[in-house]
Amino acid sequence: MFEANTLAVIFVALMGFSILLYAILDGYDLGVGILLPLKQEDNSDTMIASIGPFWDANETWLVLAIGLLLIAFPAAHSYIFKELYLPTAVLLISLVLRGVAFDFRAKAAFSHKPTWNKVFKIGSLLASMSQGYMLGMYVMGFESTFAAYSFSLLSALGVAAAYSYIGACWLIMKTEGDLQVQAVAWAKKSGLICFIGILAVSVINPIINPNVFDRWFESSNMLLLLPLPLICFGLFVYSFFVLKKLPAENDKGCWIPFTAASTIFLLCFIGLGFSFFPYIVPNKLTIWEAASAPESLSFILWGAIIVVPVIFSYTAFSYRVFWGKVQELRYH
Amino acid sequence: MLDTLILSRIQFATNISFHILFPVITIALSWFLLFFKVRFVQTNDPVWMRAYRFWVKIFALTFALGVVSGITMSFQFGTNWPKFMETVGNIAGPLLGYEVLTAFFLEAGFLGIMLFGINRVSPLVHTLSTFIVAFGTTLSAFWILALNSWMHTPQGYEMRDGVAFPIDWLAIIFNPSFPYRFTHMLIASGLTAAFLIAGISAYRLLKGDDKRAPKLTLKIALTVAAILAPAQALVGDFHGLNTLEHQPQKVAAMEGIWHTEKGAPLLLFALPDAAAKTNHFEIGIPNMASLILTHDLNGEIKGLNEFEGNHPPVMPVFFSFRIMVGLGLLMLFVAWTGRIQLWRKNKLSPWVLKTLLFMTFSGWVATLAGWYVTEIGRQPWLVTGVLSVKDAATDIASSNVGLSLIAYLILYTVLMIAYLHTIFTMAGRAVEIEEISDDEITKPIITSAIEGIK
Ligand code: HDD
Ligand code: HEM
Ligand code: HEM
Repeated sequence: MFEANTLAVIFVALMGFSILLYAILDGYDLGVGILLPLKQEDNSDTMIASIGPFWDANETWLVLAIGLLLIAFPAAHSYIFKELYLPTAVLLISLVLRGVAFDFRAKAAFSHKPTWNKVFKIGSLLASMSQGYMLGMYVMGFESTFAAYSFSLLSALGVAAAYSYIGACWLIMKTEGDLQVQAVAWAKKSGLICFIGILAVSVINPIINPNVFDRWFESSNMLLLLPLPLICFGLFVYSFFVLKKLPAENDKGCWIPFTAASTIFLLCFIGLGFSFFPYIVPNKLTIWEAASAPESLSFILWGAIIVVPVIFSYTAFSYRVFWGKVQELRYH
Repeated sequence: MLDTLILSRIQFATNISFHILFPVITIALSWFLLFFKVRFVQTNDPVWMRAYRFWVKIFALTFALGVVSGITMSFQFGTNWPKFMETVGNIAGPLLGYEVLTAFFLEAGFLGIMLFGINRVSPLVHTLSTFIVAFGTTLSAFWILALNSWMHTPQGYEMRDGVAFPIDWLAIIFNPSFPYRFTHMLIASGLTAAFLIAGISAYRLLKGDDKRAPKLTLKIALTVAAILAPAQALVGDFHGLNTLEHQPQKVAAMEGIWHTEKGAPLLLFALPDAAAKTNHFEIGIPNMASLILTHDLNGEIKGLNEFEGNHPPVMPVFFSFRIMVGLGLLMLFVAWTGRIQLWRKNKLSPWVLKTLLFMTFSGWVATLAGWYVTEIGRQPWLVTGVLSVKDAATDIASSNVGLSLIAYLILYTVLMIAYLHTIFTMAGRAVEIEEISDDEITKPIITSAIEGIK
């Protein structure tokens, strides 16, 4: 049996982990959606085929993350989503639209296809931006000030750029030919915007949040934390050099940008988590105040310990089945 | 402007009503698909593969709608009913959590292989993936219905300072109404999918499709419906008896019994009048209700007068119940008529085909009607005896709830039109394609290109 306080930490870690996985996994498929070109004679079929078998499982990490928040920290769930009621509605509606567009575009009469492509692109963009906006409001402690709204809008653009970036990197890995060349160009452009976005957030966040400032610039923490931004910066620089040389002969190194982008996501996420822990609602509610009954948490923890490794193994299996360059996607 | 409570209720009801339309198809359709696939493996007859291929596309579309509308659901508990999670979160949370961990990931993980992997994995792995998806959808129904049934007939918990704490998980999951609700729901799904398959196959036949696949699927669907329809009536009866024991006020509303009476009639039609606490235009069979519910012609049934101020609104429960049972009987009649005709003449007459086409989505209507009986019949409680609906509502500004509600309504209308349109477009397209010669069956890609699917 675990003790109540330990359980809260374990569950916030589990939740953080599924948010991170969600951001990386659904991040790349939302990114591919944002990048979808709308012209007729394009590569949209191949692009969508590259995410076809995965998007549903990717979105399940969001369901798990929200589920864990609801299960383990119900007070925080209702606080956060009451504050973010309308952006949440926008997020959900966009996710619905892009999810169905994916299927309708393949099955509707041929003449409707461009419309569903548009819906897919706009849905992906709006879903990414509303996530960014929600993240921004969260970081700003849900204040209704001009500064908070501007910061959240900035964060909306930043997340959209970050998703496009990882989406482009995914395409570099999964496609070939002119689409791959195009993806490299996308990755360069969105990578730059993403880099600027991360820089801006890293500067603004400690300036606005005194607690965050203290946390990062306390001398004992500083040395420990310095590698985080440094590695992040290093990875960006390294990717730019790699991108310059792509696509290479024999497709060497096509997986490097995606791996680098995922690592950047990981580092940013650790940074963010470090800024706020142990608060689950910044400056208002700690994980210990919000946690549910230990009986319930340990009941589900045992399940999670058994099930999560199984989930990993069949997810890995599915990625292996669809390994390599995309083939045209068909319901057989 | 309506107040937040009413808007929250309308919004929740709208979202879940939209959501359930898709699971109620996918849960059973996945088992139908598994059957087609297994028959193909056994017989190597290409007609099974063609049936599989046509219905897997409809499955994929329906599944996608189920997933995205389900994601909306998982945000709703906290936003619209914060007190719900605060009061019973210790019980609702783990049940929802297990649904995500065991069922959703399972379905989603193998869906890709089931839909797109047939050329990339061995036939056995593909069949297995189809099985796992079917199992996953059923498992998710298991968990969510365990939670929902617990809200109707709670047990295995104790209240400490107004918050429910679990003491016996088995008692919580296998609460008194769960076995009935789970069985009734699975059969409802079977009937809904069967009538969908029958209706679309009938549509193809009426359009002059004389290939083997639609005839075969029509026959299978009718057979399944002919078996499930009587089973559903039987299970429904047991379900009602169980409800009489645990939620007598719901049964009183279903039967329109205002005052406790002995030898109550079974009302076929009536117009309940809440103000006068009586019914108008009653048409009923004397003593039947008492017979069905107590197995005694003169058995006593508690009336709504025993639950003054604490019973559900009668009108919606009363009519929804009649719609569900009426459709159940109609399904039984149509399925048997059709099946007997097939057995006798090996073909269906045009009017049976037209009736089946007309009843394509009758399962949806019966399912929604059934849920309205259950859920409205639970009012004013959210969790029987523990939490009432009005105490669980959110305090978000009503304009916000109203705004998002309007957006959802528009979205759902558009999606529903697109869904129906697409299904019939696909059926129409299937009519036009030529029968494919048998040797092509080993090359699925070629056949799919002919069928115009991607
Ligand atoms: C009897 C069955 C049933 C009922 C009553 C519900 N669901 Fe459902 N749900 C399913 C049966 C189902 C399913 C069959 O498992 C679905 C539908 C299609 C699908 O993809 O999975 C699904 C999908 C689905 C998803 C997406 C899963 C994914 O990402 O794969 C979520 C988050 C929910 N549901 C949540 C809910 C909630 C919070 C409900 C109650 C308030 C609810 N569902 C009622
Ligand atoms: C899937 C089919 C379902 C349908 C069609 C359905 C329908 C409805 C309807 C119409 C209401 C509104 C009743 C009223 O306000 O008068 C309602 C309420 C509610 N139901 Fe369900 N329900 C379904 C399943 C579930 C499940 C599985 C759960 C929980 C596990 C659930 C939990 C609730 C809650 C929390 C309310 C809100 C309280 C209320 O408005 O009464 N429902 N449902
Ligand atoms: C034919 C005779 C039928 C009878 C006697 C019957 C009986 C019942 C009863 C008594 C309830 C209320 C349960 C409660 O008290 O909470 C119910 C609910 C329900 N019914 Fe039926 N039913 C019949 C047919 C059908 C059909 C044909 C369908 C759908 C295809 C259906 C779908 C449902 C659903 C989805 C519910 C709500 C979930 C639940 O509580 O099980 N029923 N039914």
